[in-house]
Amino acid sequence: MLKYIQPHLASAQERVRLAKVTRRGFLGTAGSFAIAAYAVPARAFDTYAVGGSDMPHGIIENPLIFVSIDADGTVTLVAHRSEMGTGSRTSLPMVIADEMEADWTRVKIVQAPGDEPTYGNQDTDGSRSMRHHIQVARKIGGSVRTMLQRAAAQQWGVEPTAVKVEMHQVTGPGGQSVGFGDLAVQAMAQPVPSHAEITYKTEDQFRYIGKGQVQITDLHDITTGAAIYGADVVLPGMKFAVIARPPVVGGKASSYDATETLAVPGVESVHELPYASMPTKFAPLGGIAVVASNTWAALDGRERLKIAWEAGPHGAYSSPAYMAEMIATSEQPGTVARNQGDFDAALAGAAKTFTGTYTQDHIAHIPMEPPAAIAHYTAEGLEIWAPVQSPYAARVDAAAALGLDPAKVKVNVTLLGGGFGRKSKADFVTEAALLSKAVGAPVRVQWAREDDVKHSFYHTTSAERIDVAMDAAGKVTGWRHRSVAPSILSTFAPDEGNVMPLEQGMGMSDLPFGVANIRCESGKALAHTRIGWFRSVSNIPHAWAIGSCVGELAAQLGKDQRAMWLELIGAPRVLDAKAAGLPDDFWNYGEPMSEFPIDTGRLINVLNIAADGIGYGKDLPKGEGIGLAVHRSFVSYVACAARVKVTGGKITVPEMHMAIDCGFAANPERIRSQLEGAAVMGMTVALHSGITFEKGAVEQSNYYDYDVVRSDNFPSVVTHIVSHPFSVHATGVGEPGVPPVPPAIANGLFAATGERRRHLPMGVDA
Amino acid sequence: MTTFTLNGVEREFGESEAMPLLWAIRDIAGLTGTKYGCGVGLCGACTVHVDGKAVRSCQATLGEVAGKSVTTIEGLDPAGNHPVQVAWRDRNVPQCGFCQTGQIMQAAAFLNETPKPTDDEILTAMSGNVCRCGCYQRIVEAVRLASTGA
Repeated sequence: MLKYIQPHLASAQERVRLAKVTRRGFLGTAGSFAIAAYAVPARAFDTYAVGGSDMPHGIIENPLIFVSIDADGTVTLVAHRSEMGTGSRTSLPMVIADEMEADWTRVKIVQAPGDEPTYGNQDTDGSRSMRHHIQVARKIGGSVRTMLQRAAAQQWGVEPTAVKVEMHQVTGPGGQSVGFGDLAVQAMAQPVPSHAEITYKTEDQFRYIGKGQVQITDLHDITTGAAIYGADVVLPGMKFAVIARPPVVGGKASSYDATETLAVPGVESVHELPYASMPTKFAPLGGIAVVASNTWAALDGRERLKIAWEAGPHGAYSSPAYMAEMIATSEQPGTVARNQGDFDAALAGAAKTFTGTYTQDHIAHIPMEPPAAIAHYTAEGLEIWAPVQSPYAARVDAAAALGLDPAKVKVNVTLLGGGFGRKSKADFVTEAALLSKAVGAPVRVQWAREDDVKHSFYHTTSAERIDVAMDAAGKVTGWRHRSVAPSILSTFAPDEGNVMPLEQGMGMSDLPFGVANIRCESGKALAHTRIGWFRSVSNIPHAWAIGSCVGELAAQLGKDQRAMWLELIGAPRVLDAKAAGLPDDFWNYGEPMSEFPIDTGRLINVLNIAADGIGYGKDLPKGEGIGLAVHRSFVSYVACAARVKVTGGKITVPEMHMAIDCGFAANPERIRSQLEGAAVMGMTVALHSGITFEKGAVEQSNYYDYDVVRSDNFPSVVTHIVSHPFSVHATGVGEPGVPPVPPAIANGLFAATGERRRHLPMGVDA
Repeated sequence: MTTFTLNGVEREFGESEAMPLLWAIRDIAGLTGTKYGCGVGLCGACTVHVDGKAVRSCQATLGEVAGKSVTTIEGLDPAGNHPVQVAWRDRNVPQCGFCQTGQIMQAAAFLNETPKPTDDEILTAMSGNVCRCGCYQRIVEAVRLASTGA
């Protein structure tokens, strides 16, 4: 088993010093990334347990599934995870290629269809791709390299150890030399070696891993328009469909009139789709579909539908009333998610107390590519092309909707024009499947932006109340966090208003503070819309509340934010789950605590790197302030330091420093792009993203009332990546950048103006 | 019947003159590099050039481009080596990539009119193009690179 390198073996200060001396010449240059290195020798590849084997269909290690070599030497690698912008479609094959000594210029990547029994789990979600698959990618690559070596050794009658495999070339002790292509058949016929039989590359031998020099495989096609996304597949005879969906989840059309619709040139037919009621799972909402010879005719026809909608049981959902209810619930005891020490006694004995309530509206993901899917149903079965995060789930759902054996359904995965959790839910695929069967032709279903805003699986809305007890010296002695938010579970099972432990464990019950008495509770909240997951999930409201509260405590106690964070986090240590009062089933993102502990030393380190990077504590002009926040999620540690500037009555964030410790950094260039993106998305969450309901329906429609950060007000981001050897496990990257950003901006706004905002979105007007 | 030049070739479209150019390009001409993002001219994913100017193709109708010259991303450069495309690759701009063709078309038209822009001019010119992945920093760097070579 692995020897986990504990970064806090060195003191936090020592590590910060190392970070400073080893950073490359980039400070002050927006966009460069820092390497804060630890002096740890390179190690061999010791395997370690990850949660990937507990995912549905687990992890497949067979190299013959993922690697093929053509006679001309072209190496074809299968990408089985969906590409939505994180770079995993490049980075995982890159790991295989490096370990097998393939020349990247001779590598082709093919995208796997949705077939988990063959490829293992494909659910591209939870910041898991590199975390769960870097080991198996190394094994697959190492296996093929070993098989090439053995095949050559047999051919030449020499010991395998005498054979070298280097950059697509295999050479022997007597000067023999052969390319991958000439050895392919014999190599692939070799038995697959075990882990112990493979001599892995040492880290100093990596060509691509950890370098950040390999560009994403679709880069050229993206810049020329040749890249294929969900709506870009064109089939002969294909029809184009849009759907008028019930404004309220669980609603339906009591009647409709399509006379004018059918008179629109190009409109061919109108179909009523079956309705869903909560819990909907990923079933389509139903509605009236307009099928036409082009998208515009379908959109125009939909405008002319006359539909009388029945709202159903959720027609009274109103965001202001619901928020008031959640806040009231947060004032009452809830279900205990964590209990450490005795908070009530701490509160009773407190010299001072502080209470903060932090709230958030729903969020819709609005990926640039609205949902779209193409389905072709024939007597032989169903074929789908779609931008889906979980192609196998999409396949199973579509098969069930059509009463087909999943073996008769194929799901081809296109590029995703952004996902952020929305495209895990393939309701749009099932819509296309139903319509293709109904019209007997291939059908492309296109969601308008308004459809996407109004019919999402929304990030939860929440009220978070934190009560803090302090002694006479201002030391925090007790911390109680009550969270009230409708649960993701309500989308899957009859709703009882309770969140799941995994939601509590995303940044609330795993609070990494060295406070003696901690209690975390959840109050009931019944869902009235489809609750889904949005990039970083419950970490957003939890980090928002905790980070804002830390900022408020600092102000109350007259301390600077960094000192307040450091005091609350306490000594560098690995959190003792039992002593912390965490439940036995504490989720930890599905990872074993023994391998992926909660390590406050790493948290402190990233906080210091971000704060030092931005120059926290320096004098700033009036109207500017720096906010700090740090958060562990997806078993990674991320800090955000945001410089907020109020100018022209607007809140701007000219500069952010993001510091991430995600263990071994397999592709630093894509980690940097993810952190830059998380800074922007976090700023959008902080200032813009608010989905509200009235009479059960979403009030927002499109960018004019649901806007995002744009290029006239975005942060210049400097990303710092803590450098680790492979033995420090690679952890999540896609999501953990988001949670610390909104509280950092709120704390920066307070520093700039003295105004504290406690609701997300805060609004862009100062 | 509407006639216009699409990527250098004269084309006839029999659809209603009210059809947005975007859908004629995507569904009728079958050029899918131009993307639908919002349909109301607020995201820029559908940006094309009409007589060299950046236009949101979801807001222009077939009737409005009659007799004009429309260039889509597929027609920007035969090998995909327009300076803006080259700069985009040099700076590793895209994440998911979906908005990038619109961004590139916007940047190319902007630089044609303003070959040596200031940073503020770049920010303003690009502010109508949304990138939900948040690639703005690299977009600005790439536009600057395409304009200055550095």
